Formats: sequence, structure tokens, C-alpha cells
Amino acid sequence: MPCPLDDQAPSVTAGAKIRFRDPQIDMAHGAGGKASRRLVEGLFAPLLFGELREPLNDAAQLDIDGTRLAISTDSFVVKPLRFPGGSIGELAVNGTVNDLAVSGAKAEALVVTFVIEAGLATEALEAEVRAMAEAAARAGVRIVGGDTKVVEHGKADRMYVTTAGIGRAIPGVNVSARSVRPGDKILVSGPIGDHGITILLARGELDLEAELCSDTRSVFPMVEAMANAAGAGIRWMRDPTRGGVATALNELARDCDLGVFLHEEKIPIRDGVRGACELLGLDPLHIANEGQFVAVIAPEFADAALAAVRGTAGGCEAALIGEIREQPAATVLGSAAYGGTRVIDMLVGDPLPRIC
Amino acid sequence: MRFVDEFRDPEVITKAADEIRRLADSARHYRFMEVCGGHTHAIYRFGLKDVLPANIELVHGPGCPVCVLPMGRIDDGLAMAKDPNVVFTAFGDMMRVPGTQGSPLEHKARGMDVRIVYSPADALTIAEKNPDRHVMFFAIGFETTAPSTALVLMRAKAKGVRNFSVFCNHVTIIPGIRAILDSPDMRIDAFIGPGHVSTVIGCRPYEWIARTEKKPIVVSGFEPADILQAIVMLLRQLNNGEAKVENQYTRVVPWEGNRAALKAMSEVFELRPFFEWRGMGFISQSALRVRDSYAEWDAERRFAMPGLRVTDPKAAQCGEVLKGVLKPWQCKLFGTQCTPERPVGALMVSSEGSCAAYYNYEHRKHAVPA
Amino acid sequence: MCLAIPAKIVDVVPGDDQASALVDVVGVRRRVNTGLLLDDPPKPGDWVLVHVGFAMSKISEEQALDQIQTLNMMGEQQAALEEVSGYGVDEGET
Repeated sequence: MPCPLDDQAPSVTAGAKIRFRDPQIDMAHGAGGKASRRLVEGLFAPLLFGELREPLNDAAQLDIDGTRLAISTDSFVVKPLRFPGGSIGELAVNGTVNDLAVSGAKAEALVVTFVIEAGLATEALEAEVRAMAEAAARAGVRIVGGDTKVVEHGKADRMYVTTAGIGRAIPGVNVSARSVRPGDKILVSGPIGDHGITILLARGELDLEAELCSDTRSVFPMVEAMANAAGAGIRWMRDPTRGGVATALNELARDCDLGVFLHEEKIPIRDGVRGACELLGLDPLHIANEGQFVAVIAPEFADAALAAVRGTAGGCEAALIGEIREQPAATVLGSAAYGGTRVIDMLVGDPLPRIC
Repeated sequence: MRFVDEFRDPEVITKAADEIRRLADSARHYRFMEVCGGHTHAIYRFGLKDVLPANIELVHGPGCPVCVLPMGRIDDGLAMAKDPNVVFTAFGDMMRVPGTQGSPLEHKARGMDVRIVYSPADALTIAEKNPDRHVMFFAIGFETTAPSTALVLMRAKAKGVRNFSVFCNHVTIIPGIRAILDSPDMRIDAFIGPGHVSTVIGCRPYEWIARTEKKPIVVSGFEPADILQAIVMLLRQLNNGEAKVENQYTRVVPWEGNRAALKAMSEVFELRPFFEWRGMGFISQSALRVRDSYAEWDAERRFAMPGLRVTDPKAAQCGEVLKGVLKPWQCKLFGTQCTPERPVGALMVSSEGSCAAYYNYEHRKHAVPA
Repeated sequence: MCLAIPAKIVDVVPGDDQASALVDVVGVRRRVNTGLLLDDPPKPGDWVLVHVGFAMSKISEEQALDQIQTLNMMGEQQAALEEVSGYGVDEGET
């Protein structure tokens, strides 16, 4: 029976071409790198979003009766559930708050879904819910509803959490990869790689110890300060989660068809992250962050933007790390102080330790 | 980071690069082969080609233990772990290398117990902690890594840990270099020698390269200043018409090698009469196998393996790239059918394989002329 | 085969049937096996090269300093020669 609303729904799928050719879904498709992007662009986008007028962002911007809103969702699958600096609950709250923040919006309300593996101790669930309540309070956002499902033992890695959030656009802030221009500056809010390395070490498989903790936090205060000081100059923002800064900037480069040039010696990295990466043969630029953002700022606003972030609690290590160039287009280059350059690409799947 | 940052200092690197420019004879075209995949990776990672003059060409050698492993051996290792009681352990480098039925990571997604270890010692620890499972360690690497595997086997035997075995795919570097020099299309002027292999074997094993083949070889470290200094030393030798073995990496490489490491290797391993190197054919005395005295810990004896030779697709030119005859981008499959995401050959999936290094770090730099 | 990192010995683990030590790499710590350095066991404060959880070699601070010095002097000898040749001394003129 045809659904009575059929003739009202936009006919998005008519003529939609699926470009995703992989026969099955693999771990790489969820890792945030090239494979993930192929899945989103090749399967989800044609079927769900119709003709893409704008490159895909972390959050979607809506205009409802003249009010500019943003809406976003994020799911959290992490092992172990608790780690130095946080837990899955905090990631879930901050993750969506941050998606909205880098889309130029202040998160107002979240809803949350739990998919819980049967057999999970109530204590563990309670701990996460408390963590979420605290994170929401710290981020100034309300959790207003949610849903719970319980699945058989063995099916959910203890717990999966999804949050969806709605927020109000910050006046004066319009972010889009299309507005990026050669000469624009690239800003990062703080040291990179803390979260991913913390998780890797917390799994205990590599027998490394370090005084590191996840950087999970709301980036909204820094974004708001930057918007107040330099709102008109903010071209684009992203929170570099899975896939790291490299993936976020590669997506930018492709979306704006310009070159991203990084001065690698300017990128802030904590010693412990650096040491772990050197030992394991990992590149900090590919490691996940949960409390940082990267932004592209018009050059005349760059210093003001940097000062604003640095003047915000938690933003003291922000830095300008590069600029946008014409060529090579759609490419991210990293340079060393002596002039040697390399291409910084997106990874295929998760970063793997190496010995060679 | 101490002993790292000093050798990445921009001033030091610029001085070395200037010296190279001063020494390089503009009338000459130099072809230097860096044997070790780690050097290939470093050269691209630090953009060293940008600071070298155009008449110095770096040719990538076969010193990538993942790249030279025939696909059949990966199938063999994975076949051993088909039994759900077996835990397949290996370095991260192996995880995305394709076998005929997929890579270890793909097998993991299909339910095989596949675990990444940083050290062979960690694989043994897994065995000790899981007495009801059998842990198989897929050992790869040149002489840098073999002594560590040897020590772990010695410990397994001493402690009587019976639920542990090693699938030995260790290869030796000298026969690989010999195969390069014996190759008829070889046109290498000098060699950048493998720094970490040399911490084990020392510098003596390279003497025949200088004496008989009359090619200079400088054993080099892996930081940018090390590699550039090694090139300075090679240029000086060539300018003086010399051919000798030199050690650039003196802070770490002992001329005589590491006696304890060599002893551990010979206690546990012996040379195979021959071994197939992917793309290079069978090379005699070029790989290690577990001795009879450690048979119980030899995965090849404990498990049945298909043992099939898997030939690469004809269009894949891995062998020629490995020997430095072709550059990565000259292979017909480079960047089209063969990418890091969908590698046809291991040169594209191993991070130190020349194709992967070039693809990941370099090839889009030159998409549009500057 | 080549990824090996300089690490500082923090603590040597005594007894035990295998020689091991706790090393530090800018704040990251790991137990490494020192069985390949039995001929000259490292002490706390020594620096070693670590590969796959094993100490491969001791790092000579003296050699490292020597090397940096050599690198820093590159080009200086040549510059000095060029300066001297400007005086015409080597042409036998006064």
C-alpha cells in the first residue's frame, strides 16, 4: 500500500545514483577516513540528501520560519568505556555539542539513545548516565529525552550511545568550505592526539604507560569567544575526531578544491603523544581528538581569532598552523622548517602501529 | 626528544644539504640506493628529495620485509588460524597485507581472533595468559627483528610454554643486496646501508660490496640529518674515486655488530636453502627457519599449511619496483588499480613500501606544476 | 625492520629470568627486554635504542655530539678556505 504521504515527500530517490561499490560494510567504513567518506558520499548522500547544494558538514543547518537552527547526531562506540579523562557518556555529550559548535551553533538540547548489552552491570550504566549529566551541565546544554534498547549478550560491546542535538546559529557566523580563499589562515585550538592515544594505551594491549588523558570537553566557549572577536572572518570549522586533523583538513581541501599548507613545527603536540606516536610509528595528525577544533580564518581576522581562543579557559595552546593556497589543489601538504614537504593524506582505516 | 630532535634541526639539515650541493658534480647523475624500507619511508616523510639537487636520484631497494613476502605465505599464516582455538598475532604492519582471501584485518572482521602486538614478547604473554588457546606469532623482519623473536622462543622453551609457536618469515639482507647487484639492469652508484639491521650484523658483512663490486656503502641512521650526512659521505667517496664501507650511524651501530644478538639467532634459527622473495624469485640462503631443537615452537611443523605459490597478477610490476628498475609511478597499476586502499601488491600496503610511501607522501605534490 | 627509538633507562628490573628495564620516551614508559645487551648491561640513565620492545644497542652520547659537531662544521671548512684564497696566499703572491 503506498504511504498516503508519498506525494508530499520530496522525491529524493528518483534517479539517485549509488556510487558506492563495495560489496559489504567493513571496519574501515566506520573509521572516519577515505572509506567512510566513500560510504557517506556514495550511498547515504544520493539516497538521503538529494542534490547536495553544500558540502556535507558535521551538523545540518536549517531555516525554520526564519530562525536559523542546526541539528546534528553522533554515535559512540568506544572500548574501554572508561578511560583517563572521561568515558563514553562524556564523549556522547561533548561530541554532539562540538559538532554543533563547529557548525556555528550553540547547542540547546540533546536527546540520547542507549543500546545496552544484556548483562551490563547497572553500576556501569549509572556511572555513564551521571557522567552525561555532569558533562551536559558543564556544557550548558539540557538532555531532554531519549530511548533505550537492550540487545543480547555479545552484540553491543557493553554499550553504544547516540546523541542528537539541536542548536541555535550564532549570529554573524556562516561557515562553509565554499567561502574559503587562498591566504586564509588555519587555526587549531590546542594539542592534538590526546584522545586517540589515551584510548590506545587504555586498551592495555601495547603495554605502554603515559600521563595522558582524553581531551574530551565542549569547544563551544572557545568558538563563542572567537565568534565575538572575529565572527565575520570564520570561514570553516571542524572538530577533528576519528581520522584526526589530517582527515578534517583533507575533507576541507577536497570540498573547497584548494590546497592546505601546514607548518608542521607549529602544530602543538604533547610530549607523551609524541613519544607514543614515535614508538608505535603513528602520525599524530591521524589520531582522534575529542576536545579540539580546527578553523579557517580570513587573514585580517586571524590574530584576533587566535587571541580570543587563547584568552579562553583551556585555549592557551591554540596556534596558527598554516594557510590555504591555490596549489596543489585538494591536497594537504606539510612542511618542515628546513623546507622539505610531504603530502598528508587521509588514512584508509584506523591508524595501526608499525615496526618497520 | 633526545637523539632525535638534534638530527631534525633545520639548521643542521640546511648545512648538510648545502654541502651536498657543493660536492655533487653537476656533470654527473648519481643513483644511490637506500636498501632499507625504513629509509624510503624517512626520505618521503621528511621531504628530503626537496632538499637534494636534481642530479641525485634515490632508488628504493628491497629492504621491506613485508613487501618481499609472497602472498602465499600470508595465506599460510591465516590458514593456521582458521581453528578458532588459535590466536593470530602479528605486528601492525601485517594487518592490511592482502592474502588471496583477504588481509588479517579482513579475517578479523569475519570473526578470526587476530591481534596486533608491538613485540613478540607480548605474543608470548598472551599465550601465558590464555593456556587454553594456541597463540601463533607471524614473525617478519630482517636481522633487526630476528634476534628478538629468537629470545622469545628461547624463553618459551625455557618456561615450557607449549601453546605458542612462531611462523618464521625472517629474511636476511645481504642476499637481497646481492640480488640487486647481480641484476642485469642494475645501475646503482652507491648504497645507503640499513642502520638498524647493522646494529645486529655490524658493518663487516658489507665489505664485499666495496671490495668486489667497487661500490661505496655508508651505513646510515634514520633521521634527516643522518641520511643527508650519509649522502655527503657517499659523494666524498665517489669524488675521490674510493669505494669503502663507512659507518655514519656511529652513535648506535658497532662495527662488529651485536654478538649476543647473533648468538641468539644462531641458537634458534638456521638458514633456509632458498626462499622466495616476492617479485624477485627464489634467492638462496636468504631466509631463516626454526631449528629442529625448537621444532615444537615452529608453526610450520605444528600446523598444516596450503604452501601454495601465489603469483602476482602479470600487470603488477612489484619486482621491478623492488629492484629499483622502475619507479612506483611507472608501474601500470600505480594509483589506478593499485592504491593503499585497494593494494594489489604489498609495496602499496606496507607503510615503508616504496609505492605506498610515494603515494601517501608525494604523488599529489606534483599534480600541477608549481 | 627499522623503526627503533632512543629511550632512557629509568629502572633496571632485577632478578627474574629475563633481563629487562623500564624505559622512558618523553614521558611514555614501557618495559623492554635487555637480553641482547647482556655483554654490557645498561644502567639507569643510559640511553638505548628500542625496537619491538627489545633494547638493541646502547646509544653513545659522545658519538652523537661528535656527529652534530661535524654536521655543524659542514661548509665552514670550505668557507674558511675560500676566505684564505681571497688573500692570494696559495698563489704564491704576497
